[in-house]
Amino acid sequence: MPLGRLPAWLLLAPALLLLIGVFLVPIGWFLVASIMELGTPAEIWEEVDAVLFSGAVAGALINTNWIGLVVTLLVLVIGYPVSYALSRAKGVAFTLILLCIVLPYFTSTIVRTYAWMVLLGRNGLINQVLLGTGLISEPLNLLYNRTGVVIGMTYVLLPYMVLTLYAAMKAVDMRLLQAAEGMGATPLQVFLRVFAPLTLHGVIAGVLITFILAIGFFVTPALMGGPSDIMIAMLIEREVELTQNWPAAAIMTVVLLTVTLILYGLYSRFSGALEGGAKP
Amino acid sequence: MSDGSVALEGVTKRYGSETVVAGISLAIPAGEFFTLLGPSGSGKTTTLSMLAGFVMADEGRVLMGGRDMTRVPPRGRGLGMVFQNYAIFPHLTVAENVAFPLSVKGTSKSEIAARVAEALAMVKLTGFETRYQRQLSGGQQQRVALARAIVAHPRVVLMDEPLGALDKNLRYHMQVEIKDIQRRLGMTVIYVTHDQEEALTMSDRIAIMERGRIAQMGPPREVYEKPQSSFVASFLGEANLLRVRRDGPAVRGPGGSVLVAAEGGLSAAEGLAFVRPEKVRVESGRAEPAPNRLTGKVLHASFLGNIVRYEIDAGDGATLLCDAANAAGVEPHRPGDIVTMIWRPEDSRFLAA
Amino acid sequence: MGPVLRTTLVRAVVVLLCFGLLAPIVIVAIASFSGDGYLKFPPESFSTRWYERFLGDARWRSAILNSLMIGVMTSILSTVIGFLAAYAMMRGEFRFKRLLLSLLLTPVIVPHVVTAVAVYFLSARFGLVGVRPWIAVAHTVVALPVVLVILQSALRTVDPALERAAMVCGCTRFGVFRRVVLPIALPGVVSATLFSFLTSFDELVISIFLAGIRSETLPVRIWNSLLLEVEPTIAAVSTLLIAVTVLILGLDALIRRIREGGSALPSS
Repeated sequence: MPLGRLPAWLLLAPALLLLIGVFLVPIGWFLVASIMELGTPAEIWEEVDAVLFSGAVAGALINTNWIGLVVTLLVLVIGYPVSYALSRAKGVAFTLILLCIVLPYFTSTIVRTYAWMVLLGRNGLINQVLLGTGLISEPLNLLYNRTGVVIGMTYVLLPYMVLTLYAAMKAVDMRLLQAAEGMGATPLQVFLRVFAPLTLHGVIAGVLITFILAIGFFVTPALMGGPSDIMIAMLIEREVELTQNWPAAAIMTVVLLTVTLILYGLYSRFSGALEGGAKP
Repeated sequence: MSDGSVALEGVTKRYGSETVVAGISLAIPAGEFFTLLGPSGSGKTTTLSMLAGFVMADEGRVLMGGRDMTRVPPRGRGLGMVFQNYAIFPHLTVAENVAFPLSVKGTSKSEIAARVAEALAMVKLTGFETRYQRQLSGGQQQRVALARAIVAHPRVVLMDEPLGALDKNLRYHMQVEIKDIQRRLGMTVIYVTHDQEEALTMSDRIAIMERGRIAQMGPPREVYEKPQSSFVASFLGEANLLRVRRDGPAVRGPGGSVLVAAEGGLSAAEGLAFVRPEKVRVESGRAEPAPNRLTGKVLHASFLGNIVRYEIDAGDGATLLCDAANAAGVEPHRPGDIVTMIWRPEDSRFLAA
Repeated sequence: MGPVLRTTLVRAVVVLLCFGLLAPIVIVAIASFSGDGYLKFPPESFSTRWYERFLGDARWRSAILNSLMIGVMTSILSTVIGFLAAYAMMRGEFRFKRLLLSLLLTPVIVPHVVTAVAVYFLSARFGLVGVRPWIAVAHTVVALPVVLVILQSALRTVDPALERAAMVCGCTRFGVFRRVVLPIALPGVVSATLFSFLTSFDELVISIFLAGIRSETLPVRIWNSLLLEVEPTIAAVSTLLIAVTVLILGLDALIRRIREGGSALPSS
């Protein structure tokens, strides 16, 4: 029994009010009020120019994109075989692989970051093992530099990629692969000419969602990075928390938000159902 | 509701630019078993939805027991209803499902228990009280749905293709039982189906629907034997519809043969002559020139058990189906045989093309 | 490369990767019971000294309390609001449904820093920084998409014919909701409650801005200490957070199992 138009809107009202009042309006207000504070359009433009082309912001934008790309690539390379295994596993194996993905996924980002800080520290497990085996004589600097940021973010973002790829791979009809094999294709050919094309939209969706989340990242780079690994989200936080420079924060937010929403638009096209990407 | 009579007065329903039900009027006396029969998309389900109150009519009135119910929501109509896929509540037991209409009304526990027991006995499900839907077969679910529909003793029960999901044997059993319960409780049943055999067996009256209108309404025998249109004729069972044209006072069919029918003169220059396969007698040899006698060649003879169905070429592109009883001592005709087809004028009608 | 070798290789890689995914979390949990002066793995001795220090600290204790209170408020708020919205999405007939749904899901996509800074901008003006119910409201914005996705799939299991049947049986709209929709969708509702709680319990970025000094949550407290040094107490705190996640995942699995199993009487 369908709902009438009025009852449907009434039921939606609380959610919409929340979204408007505590999401859309604050973002809009923050951006408009902070930027208007600067004065005339000419003065605004001057400030935009000054902020975006200052060494710090330009550097942060380059860092953000570079780290985002490296992390996305790593997540894809690691996530692909795991997703494949998950999509083909049954019974206990399936449950175990799923657990290995879902448990980190639902664990707080800061806990996951902390775990890697423990592992990568100068006295951390990894340096202990490497020193113990005699591979190195001095502990490696794995933390508070770009290596640390990339490792930490790759770990945090991996589950998103795996779950997106899994949805696409699960939908592939195994009989198609068997048919290709039956026609004499080698396993590599089956993969390259049947499986890969059929899961391509999943790869694109996974890459987009990972990159979107990566460029907005803040906790992991802030804790694991060094002075030269500042990303744009960290810079926004610093402008607000340390210098109370709202206009600069707003200008950077506009850039971050624009890129995010454009990529999200692309993502919606590739993920088909929007439900697919967010949570399992 | 004072009694179980139901009436529709000029009821119309549109979805966007499409008119799904186009000004239907009908009056169903209390205690009648009334069937809405039609192909899918004919508007029968929408009509039933308007009777139930799920869909509001754009025009016209819905009356029950003389009261205007057009704008009354489903809960105020006091109906029982059996749904296509039974709609058994999966979180409730059989007893709780059947008790549902009573417990909603706040009936006392003791009365609920008595009524549920009575309803379950009526559908022969005593002993299944504590089961859940997933523990029931299709036929058992059907009975639960039926018990739930009758437990509050409604004067009117709506049934939406209730037997559609059952196999043929079970269907027949349930047809008999539903009929039996309806007679015992004296309730009005409005039954929707696309199965013409079911409609013919069960109904007191049938309304055949075609594209949002009632094509014909009447007792099963009447609509079967005296269809008023080629749609009704061919929708209900097999029908021979022969192209005919007027030639002076006479009406001529295949090969220029003269055809006569008891009712329904031919109004236009051309039309169709209707006759049911079982009303056509097939004899060996060529026909003498006389009305309602055609000569033809047997194309196929299909053995259907109690009958033999012939497909006979009567010339001029006309093929007739003729059913002959597989009676004792009758030698069947063979493909290629030249035969005569004969029928009585009272078994035939002229219809508009 | 033979097929057997190839399969073995693929399996080895997957096992290694899965191990790598789980290992950091497990190692932190084990290390939290270390008796050493700094975090070593494997620990040379075991003790609960970090837990004692964690739970003996008034600031950590109040952080636990804050996290719990905000988490409970968030889960109630987002489940109620989300249920109404999911139901409207499922049964409502209105235009722009897809657009509206993607709008409701955007808080997941928009960087939390953006949401946090914007809400902070407003909160600072209205003196809402450090107000726990307000933090819960802000958490609800990011928990709502989670709830919506879970409840939409739960409500898909409610056949519209059941709702019609209940209406014919005399139920009002609210009666249909209470007697039919809610009981059938209940496992999903519980799931949504659990995961929205977890979303709030684990949330860091919005909390950093809104918590102030008064209402530090556990993740914020961890954040503030980590900015200074990687102290072992945090391993104990992290283990608590991991335990909550494990508990919630376990409860969710249990609910699913109960629901699928039902009372397993054989059907004849």
